[in-house]
Amino acid sequence: MNIHEFQAKTLLEKYGVAVPKGVAARSAADFEPALAQFPEGLVVVKSQIHAGGRGKGTFTDGFQGGVKIAKSKAEALDYAQKMFGNTLVTAQTGPAGRKVQTIYFTQASGIKKEYYLAILLDRASSRPVIVASTEGGVEIEKVARETPEKIVKVFIDPAIGLADYQVRQLLFGLRFNPVEQKNAAKLIRNLYNVFWDTDASMVEINPLITTPDDQVQALDAKISFDDNALFRHPEIVALRDLNEEDPKETEASKHNLNYIALDGNIACLVNGAGLAMSTMDIIKYFGGNPANFLDVGGGATKEQVVAAFKIILTDPKVKGIFVNIFGGIMDCNVIAAGIVDAVKEVGLQLPLVVRLEGNNVVAGKQTLAASGLKLVSGDSMADAAKKIVKLVA
Amino acid sequence: MSILITPETKILIQGITGAFGARHAQLSLDYGTKVVAGVTPGKGGQFFEHKEHKVPIFNSVAEAAAATGATVSAIFVPPPFAADAILECVDAGLDLVVAITEGIPVRDMVRVKRAMAGSKTRLIGPNCPGVVTPGTGPESSGGCRIGISPGYIHKKGHVGIVSRSGTLTYEAVWQVTCMGLGQSTCVGIGGDPVNGSSHLDIIKLFNADPDTKGIIMIGEIGGTAEVEAARWIKENCKKPVAGFIAGATAPKGRRMGHAGAVIGGKEDTAAAKIAIFQECGIEVAVTPSDMADALRRSARAKHKKLA
Repeated sequence: MNIHEFQAKTLLEKYGVAVPKGVAARSAADFEPALAQFPEGLVVVKSQIHAGGRGKGTFTDGFQGGVKIAKSKAEALDYAQKMFGNTLVTAQTGPAGRKVQTIYFTQASGIKKEYYLAILLDRASSRPVIVASTEGGVEIEKVARETPEKIVKVFIDPAIGLADYQVRQLLFGLRFNPVEQKNAAKLIRNLYNVFWDTDASMVEINPLITTPDDQVQALDAKISFDDNALFRHPEIVALRDLNEEDPKETEASKHNLNYIALDGNIACLVNGAGLAMSTMDIIKYFGGNPANFLDVGGGATKEQVVAAFKIILTDPKVKGIFVNIFGGIMDCNVIAAGIVDAVKEVGLQLPLVVRLEGNNVVAGKQTLAASGLKLVSGDSMADAAKKIVKLVA
Repeated sequence: MSILITPETKILIQGITGAFGARHAQLSLDYGTKVVAGVTPGKGGQFFEHKEHKVPIFNSVAEAAAATGATVSAIFVPPPFAADAILECVDAGLDLVVAITEGIPVRDMVRVKRAMAGSKTRLIGPNCPGVVTPGTGPESSGGCRIGISPGYIHKKGHVGIVSRSGTLTYEAVWQVTCMGLGQSTCVGIGGDPVNGSSHLDIIKLFNADPDTKGIIMIGEIGGTAEVEAARWIKENCKKPVAGFIAGATAPKGRRMGHAGAVIGGKEDTAAAKIAIFQECGIEVAVTPSDMADALRRSARAKHKKLA
């Protein structure tokens, strides 16, 4: 689960991580009261959406930049009004962009130098890792590729926690001066506490900055959380913003379905994550384009299959459907009956290819054949994929 | 032989009284697996009954293991309690723990993994379909089935299968069975970012097992575990190996069902992994329908028999 920058900063402040003073406004009426909390002078105006590249983004009405530094409060108000309710397109949002529904005003910090600091899971060692670099404000992947010597990494033993010597490795690696070191040490420790206590999957500060008076601050903050751990963090769940999620994905999660929208026109309905991914792949392999990832899980019920069909069909790009089920424990005949009911209930007009394999498959295929529905049966995944690609071509 | 488990292996099931655990305990008993104990704290002294079977239930893993000689546990307990269930098995000194539970927090698994370092207990999973060593009876019954795989799709034979995904494992198993070959052991290692045994851990066991004559390795996007296994195979494994990677069309940064199936960087994409498989002499299945055929191609090229 992702949260907004202003929410992340509030969380950081709670843990004692220094951030620039900021106030979020969730309606146009809140702009002036929010700005009243700042002294006259520079104010940063930041669009709040769950995507990076905001500063370089463009609004659909042509207004440039989702992050602006205003020279006065009057200018800040003007920027906020132009951003609010407007749709911001960045390198990460896709062409549809995201509607800005919150504006975050922050004090402009004097910047001496920018750094990069992130905490995430290192899968190879199964430990948290802190990744830091003297090259802040730029893409860390680029730094890793071109100047790997500028990256410092420390791997944290979960039985010990972040050790003093590891904090020192980071401080010396980033070449802070003695006053900065003191401030940065505190910030790094507190940041690690945020990561560990909240079950975060990533805490990324880009940039981390030093100010002319040697303060160390998180100028931007991106935090995402482990979905599996949300059950023990109701305070994090409360930060969820459904406006930032695809409504189809939200609807799917209500039915315990795993749905991710893609750009193609062949919808997939599959049991199992690995099989669902490879169903998308095989469609592409035979020249088609998958419209979604959809995993109905190992024990899909008839109700889930019906819900899945409804969700798939809300995507206007869909021109055909590929159902691929390996009924291991599930009875293929039960699934077949579910498909027949679902197709009738939603009045499906699009081409449908069904590939069933596994437990009681013969009865399942008979149920499909006897239904009178216009559907095509596939023998193997490859056979079925070829058929659906041909039908939508 | 086989790896990890044999038809004689005695298993206990943690969470045997829950709906999910009970259903699969029944299926394992029907398959002929020696399910000798159940563990549900607070229900010690009761029995899990199914047809002619009467499986005693214990309050703790240590008690169950001491009383029945079980050396392996299958975990079906809900995610908030699953990490603790694994640690209890480590404390009881079991040989193998197979964690089926899906949705265990990553932080819990980070701690479990650290706590297991240096212990004699091996972990498979979590979020996995389990382990099957097929038997010689009808529809492969008489074997050891731990977890949620459908038993009947297996056939006793000499192909070892290791995979992160449940249903893709079934695809591979079924293709191998339909080809008239069979499996030595099938291992689902699970789709989570932090898991017990890696592809490489299992490949090493298959390589050392004289009864395994060919290996199918199924992976997906995210992480570098498949790459690590492929490099080891190149240096150390003479057996035919086929590989498949799911997720060639997955968008970057999105979690594709499995918590571990997320593309983070350049090296964990399907294309990168497939290229490394090819470099390492692994025959790549171009589609999931091609996994058993790919293994046959590899065997032919290496002049090895799979039967």
